[in-house]
Amino acid sequence: MVAKAFDEMTAFGSDIRSGYEFVNAWLAATPPELLRQRQHEAELLFRRIGITFNVYGDAEGEERLIPFDIIPRVLTRPEWDRLSKGLTQRVTALNMFLKDVYSKAECLKAGIIPEELVYRNPYFRPEMQGLSLPHDIYVMIAGIDIVRVDAETFYVLEDNARTPSGVSYMLENREVMLRLFPDLFAKHRIAPVENYADELLNTLKSVAPRSASADPTVAVLTPGPFNSAFYEHSFLADKLGAELVEGRDLYVRENTLYMRTTEGPKRVDVVYRRVDDDFIDPLSFRPDSVLGVPGLMSAYRAGNLTLANAVGTGVSDDKAVYSYMPEIIKFFTGEEAILKNVPTYRCREPDALKYVLENIEELVVKEVDGSGGYGMLVGPKSDKATCAAFREKVRAHPEKFIAQPTLALSTCPTFVEEGVAPRHVDLRPYVLSGADGVRTVPGGLTRVALKDGSLVVNSSQGGGTKDTWVVDPPVLPTSQAKIKTPVVSAAPAKEIDHTQQTQSQS
Amino acid sequence: MLSRTADSIYWLSRYIERAENTARIIDAASRLAALPAGYGGSTNEWESALLSTGSLTAFEQQYDVASAENVVEFLVFSGANPSSIKSCLEVARANARAVRTALTIEMWETINTAWLELRSHSSRGLDLGRLSDFLRFVKQMSLTFDGSVYRTMLRNDAYYFSRIGVYIERADATARIIDVKYHVLLPPGAQVGGSLDYFQWSSILRSVSALTAYHWVYRQNLKPWLVADLLILNSEMPRSIAACYENITRYLDLLARDYGRQGPCQRLSRATSSKLESANITEVFQSGLHEFLADLIDANNRLGATITEQYLV
Repeated sequence: MVAKAFDEMTAFGSDIRSGYEFVNAWLAATPPELLRQRQHEAELLFRRIGITFNVYGDAEGEERLIPFDIIPRVLTRPEWDRLSKGLTQRVTALNMFLKDVYSKAECLKAGIIPEELVYRNPYFRPEMQGLSLPHDIYVMIAGIDIVRVDAETFYVLEDNARTPSGVSYMLENREVMLRLFPDLFAKHRIAPVENYADELLNTLKSVAPRSASADPTVAVLTPGPFNSAFYEHSFLADKLGAELVEGRDLYVRENTLYMRTTEGPKRVDVVYRRVDDDFIDPLSFRPDSVLGVPGLMSAYRAGNLTLANAVGTGVSDDKAVYSYMPEIIKFFTGEEAILKNVPTYRCREPDALKYVLENIEELVVKEVDGSGGYGMLVGPKSDKATCAAFREKVRAHPEKFIAQPTLALSTCPTFVEEGVAPRHVDLRPYVLSGADGVRTVPGGLTRVALKDGSLVVNSSQGGGTKDTWVVDPPVLPTSQAKIKTPVVSAAPAKEIDHTQQTQSQS
Repeated sequence: MLSRTADSIYWLSRYIERAENTARIIDAASRLAALPAGYGGSTNEWESALLSTGSLTAFEQQYDVASAENVVEFLVFSGANPSSIKSCLEVARANARAVRTALTIEMWETINTAWLELRSHSSRGLDLGRLSDFLRFVKQMSLTFDGSVYRTMLRNDAYYFSRIGVYIERADATARIIDVKYHVLLPPGAQVGGSLDYFQWSSILRSVSALTAYHWVYRQNLKPWLVADLLILNSEMPRSIAACYENITRYLDLLARDYGRQGPCQRLSRATSSKLESANITEVFQSGLHEFLADLIDANNRLGATITEQYLV
């Protein structure tokens, strides 16, 4: 059975943990009707802003809202600082690993990771071999999924090094919380996240190709309005001041990428693409793709274009490679991994396979290239028949699976039908890598499994989101100095006294 | 038309614009006040809001502390503050009633509905949690009013006076908003790497709804001198002082054409327009941003007074 989960507000007992005192006090002072009212207002705000997502194969609910929970998830500054250091280290290693597998392959020669996991990986792109990218950066935008099991232990559950999504929720959740609870923000020191888009723009421009002008042109490539994450694509383009382009808006001539504009062709230097490798260029990858741009890879290979993220980064974030991350970090950075991996059984290894087949009811089994919570077995939550069926799948293709112990994911107080109750959460912080280093913004997307006891936080499977607050300890108020600005004169007013005028005319 | 009618239309437009500007300033201040110290929330943002609306002196006669509650009450509801949103709407409605026949039905209904709705909000009843809804209501009212002016009014002198009122008021508001924060705006080329003033700059842009516009115009991250450039000199930006003066000059010229006579207003407006057209932001910083803005505010006030003399009395 799943062990009792660590609650981020009350640990394993009923003492309020440091950092959560104000949340506890706030919840105690706020009647449930008021919370329900705020929850309702939050939904209206999300509807008005238009933060909806499309569910594939669901004609009825074409535009759905991801459920939002109004109780924030709190991380203390020291907790965040440790996470941030660990994330920076991990993403640095991911970039070095990618540079290496597409050039000298020294980590493979050193036996850090089995060769076939790289070369036979469906996400390995031979087109990338020998290609030199600006500043050797492959993963400009990473989303690292983190789970917590106790006060001290954060595990990395998954690396997302292709097109991690969800950052618009991090930003919009904060906007909504600012609107709903300005007094909480005024009274507590909650680190802002709104500069993310600015940092992203810096990052993207910093990795522009050498042939680009001093002020490179950035565009965001979307598959189009039918994509489930279209809202996010348009949101980010707007925040970046970049054109939101589809494949048909672009073309390649003489190894240079252009967009069709009313003023004629305009060169594009950096594409923040939210289209998978497979679809990005029908001449190089899937020939049936209408989402991509024919010849894009030729511009890329000629060094006239930066793609963010680079092509072929999927080789670093699949679940089989994941299990080697501690060794990869050690090999490239010379340091022990600050953030631990979840202990992982690689079914491709006979001993591990044997253990997994015998204990499948206790384990979480995942496909190495699955995502979105699909193709996954949560042993303790599944009946015997499902487990047996999964056992056969694993036996047939062991290399396609990994297994992990069922983690007791931490819980956070969450406002559900019955009132405030603990629900399991994870965290996806976003990590940016540019020419001037690796950056994080203090926070991330907290996903919450709204069903009691559920461990699946994916939005496609009934999960919701929360705002994530990195909170500094309170400072003793110092006397607020008056700001030294010249007092500007009062606004000119109509000379007639308005009170008299109102009276005289009523 | 009657001077009195023109006067009412002009001030009615100014006060609606002022109500909206005050709403934006409160909105931006409450966001900045929500930031922890060290991210730019260290100075008293509520005091800045009072400065930007030109009501600090009046405030200090009534209250001791520039707390969120006090400032919001003063800027939104106080009858003692002639520029509070409530006062603005009352003056606007009083003027609208006085010249009811010069307004279209849509214009009148927008003002009257907003005024009725405002009466249902009592000052004590507005907690900060509801503030953003209320500010949204004020902005919505102003947008609807502007839309009804644009879509329903005859294009004659009455329309010109209403536009002139909007842009004189707006130029004043934009100049004040920048001036209150001029100390965080640095000249071109200043070292701003990782500056914590970021949130101050974004707040200035927010208070004139120009944060997204900034990114579309400059396509780069926030630079303080570009923030100043956008709000002072960029005529694409509808709240910039340059755009305001383009419009003031245009509508004053239309008046002069219809009336067959130029006057001191047209000359003053053109002088400011050409000053803005020929300025570049480097020079503005060289000659002193604060001095430049103080001159503009002064010239704008003088123009307002001259318009009154020439047409409205």
